[in-house]
Amino acid sequence: MNGTLTWRGWLLDPAPVSRRQARLGRWFRAWLAFRRNGLAMTGLFVVSALVLTALAAPLLVDPRAAILQVLTERLQPPSSSHWFGVDELGRDIFARIVFGARTTLIIVALVSAIVTPVGLGIGLAAGYFGSWIDAVLMRITDIFLSFPRLVLALAFAAALGPGIENAVIAIALTTWPPYARLARAETLTHRRSEFIEAAELQGASHLRIIMSQIMPLCLPSVIIRLTLDMAGIILTAAGLGFLGLAAQPPAPEWGAMVSSGRQVLLGQWWVSTIPGIAIFVTSVGFNLLGDGLRDVADSRSS
Amino acid sequence: MIVLEHVTVSYGTGIGRIFAASDVSFRVEEGAAFGLVGESGSGKSTVLRAIAGLIPHAEGRVMLAGREMPMRRSTSERKMVQMVFQDPYGSLHPNQTVDQTLSMPIAIHKLGDSDRRISSVLREVGLGREHRYRYPHQLSGGQRQRVAIARALVLEPRILLLDEPTSALDVSVQAEILNLLARLRQIHGLTLLMVSHDLAVIAHLCERIGVMSNGSLIELTSAEALSSGRVTHSYTRQLLRSNRGFDRSGAEIVDAAS
Amino acid sequence: MSDTPLLTLRNLRVVYPGDEGDLVAVRNVSFDLGRERLGIVGESGSGKSTTGRAIMGLVAAPGIVTADEMRLAGKDLTSLDERGFRRLRGKKVAMILQDPKYSLDPVMSVGQQIAETHRCHFRSSMNAARAAALDMLAAVHIRDPERVYALYPHQVSGGMGQRVMIAMMLIAGPDLLIADEPTSALDVTVQHQVLAIMDDLVRSRGMGLILISHNLHLVSSFCDRVLVMYGGRVVETCAAGELSKARHPYTRGLLASLPELGRRRAELPQLRRDPAWAEG
Repeated sequence: MNGTLTWRGWLLDPAPVSRRQARLGRWFRAWLAFRRNGLAMTGLFVVSALVLTALAAPLLVDPRAAILQVLTERLQPPSSSHWFGVDELGRDIFARIVFGARTTLIIVALVSAIVTPVGLGIGLAAGYFGSWIDAVLMRITDIFLSFPRLVLALAFAAALGPGIENAVIAIALTTWPPYARLARAETLTHRRSEFIEAAELQGASHLRIIMSQIMPLCLPSVIIRLTLDMAGIILTAAGLGFLGLAAQPPAPEWGAMVSSGRQVLLGQWWVSTIPGIAIFVTSVGFNLLGDGLRDVADSRSS
Repeated sequence: MIVLEHVTVSYGTGIGRIFAASDVSFRVEEGAAFGLVGESGSGKSTVLRAIAGLIPHAEGRVMLAGREMPMRRSTSERKMVQMVFQDPYGSLHPNQTVDQTLSMPIAIHKLGDSDRRISSVLREVGLGREHRYRYPHQLSGGQRQRVAIARALVLEPRILLLDEPTSALDVSVQAEILNLLARLRQIHGLTLLMVSHDLAVIAHLCERIGVMSNGSLIELTSAEALSSGRVTHSYTRQLLRSNRGFDRSGAEIVDAAS
Repeated sequence: MSDTPLLTLRNLRVVYPGDEGDLVAVRNVSFDLGRERLGIVGESGSGKSTTGRAIMGLVAAPGIVTADEMRLAGKDLTSLDERGFRRLRGKKVAMILQDPKYSLDPVMSVGQQIAETHRCHFRSSMNAARAAALDMLAAVHIRDPERVYALYPHQVSGGMGQRVMIAMMLIAGPDLLIADEPTSALDVTVQHQVLAIMDDLVRSRGMGLILISHNLHLVSSFCDRVLVMYGGRVVETCAAGELSKARHPYTRGLLASLPELGRRRAELPQLRRDPAWAEG
């Protein structure tokens, strides 16, 4: 008890004695503010559960169970041996949901890894340099923004063949433009700040100003936006999966699972409904988390 | 130390061209303190920014320490002249500790020995070890302005530009900052150029004073002349009267154009 | 001056409850105001603005206002709810803030805003409200009221905007005007015009005026009486002309720390704060 108290005191010390303490203290204060928000904590719980499930999938269920077809047991309702029931090919739905979390997480992670640097890079450059660079970059952004996401994804899948990688590329291509705009808007609000002028006056290069001064200020809103967009990304991935353009059978993917159950929806509801619930819960979880992060960021800036 | 010849800053072209500063010339000797007074929009801050090299399209000549300075400066040319801004809330990066703010200029100019430099410059501006790892929002207005001064000093400049350094502060804090600036000037032999709308503040710190209105330098005078009321321009006289507190005679009601 | 004061405050307290103990913004402030010009000076955090807001009933949500007595023109303010205050504002007491840019509606012409205020308080007709607004604009020395009536807030200068604010605040004929740093955003040469206009109107209408400012010179040269606040308390009250003879070490320290024209000192005396000032 005493130990935790001193930790807390060290973190909340108004006069930290090292960079590390200052930074950790800042994070801890943000965490305290976040913790007060019940809905945000629910979101964090859901997202953590998803990540843990994905990481521990082989420990939770036998990896072979996700693709093992036991045709004699096909379309069995949820029971103690098959918690979420069995699908039309005799595969355990629970195992497929657990391994499907991996697929979902991979898609989400890859899309973030592409969208964040691309959106930030283009937005920062456009906002910082202005003039013709801004004009060119923003017109390119507009062009990408005008593509309907699913149609572009369909075209991509048609050209490159279906698969998770191509689904990720298709989603990322249509997701980054709003991030570029967001980063540009944030950059413009800080571009004329006195602390930027001070950095210029000290001889900081453009690259240094962008990376060390402006980017840290844009990053929170980009991350929040990304978290809020996760629901949309997961749904698009599921939609592509539903159309058979993302993960290929027999790999477990929630959208494809919903799709596969649609002929038996009335008789054997669990085949479609349970992956549907998984998609729904995950999307809501990301949304709540994003809302909570936004509240923390707002309270800190005011 | 500072020589300005025909410095002009304008925006737009043709009939819509607006002059933020037109044909401003003056010189400041080494180690002297020069003040520019004027109201908002008089061009005083524009002149300061032109000297700092923050306005690349400024016209005219700026010479610092006998060297002609291009309006676009190189990294090494930046080191000689530093600036303290008006708003201590806006001039510090909100996400960086005092330590980070002060280490950036050291890293840019590869001065080395960062730890010692930071602690000595903090001591000089009257901040203790306990302030070093704080974020700006954990500091008072006066402390932030001290950090801003420390950031300017860490590069050991010969010229310090001050853009209304105390107008956002309480009067008791203003006195502390003015005293600090006077002391630093003496210790380092700094040449100061201060901009303010407050005649008393300018006259306290500076010996020579320029009065600006509508982008032009309309009068060059000294602190003594100003204090004893020996000024020639009617606008300066009006400024002087306004600074002495509320006075009905100074308030002829003119309906200026919107 | 009438025998009953226009405004009576007894032990006004404003407290903001917080995680790490309560923040007392105003502690036990008491004063009477007649039909006079009262200045409240102090540094940031002294509670001067909060005092003004408390009289207007404008202290924001977590803040708690208590007072033994708070009376405006015979009306008890301590028992008023938000609706009661809303009825009071404009008619009995009005407030002018620092920057007119933030106080005016950007999408409505300034004349319309003044007329709207008139209609709201007197349920007057469009034409009557317009006429009253034009009169009021003329009263704040705007030479061409018809033209200014149609201007939008972004089209008027700071000084003109503040005059428009005065017109808007005075149109319902309040008994008390609270001006919170009304000229701090203006250039010095314009400041005095605005103050002179405000002064004329307040005098000719027999109103009370509270001028809240950080500027000691301005307050002492403009007001009849000055309250000096520190740490939420009134540390000293004195006649404005006699501010230079102030007794309290805080007031004296503040005055001494101001740079003065014609009195060059190598070093300005720095104020040493005594925690006892906030207690005593």
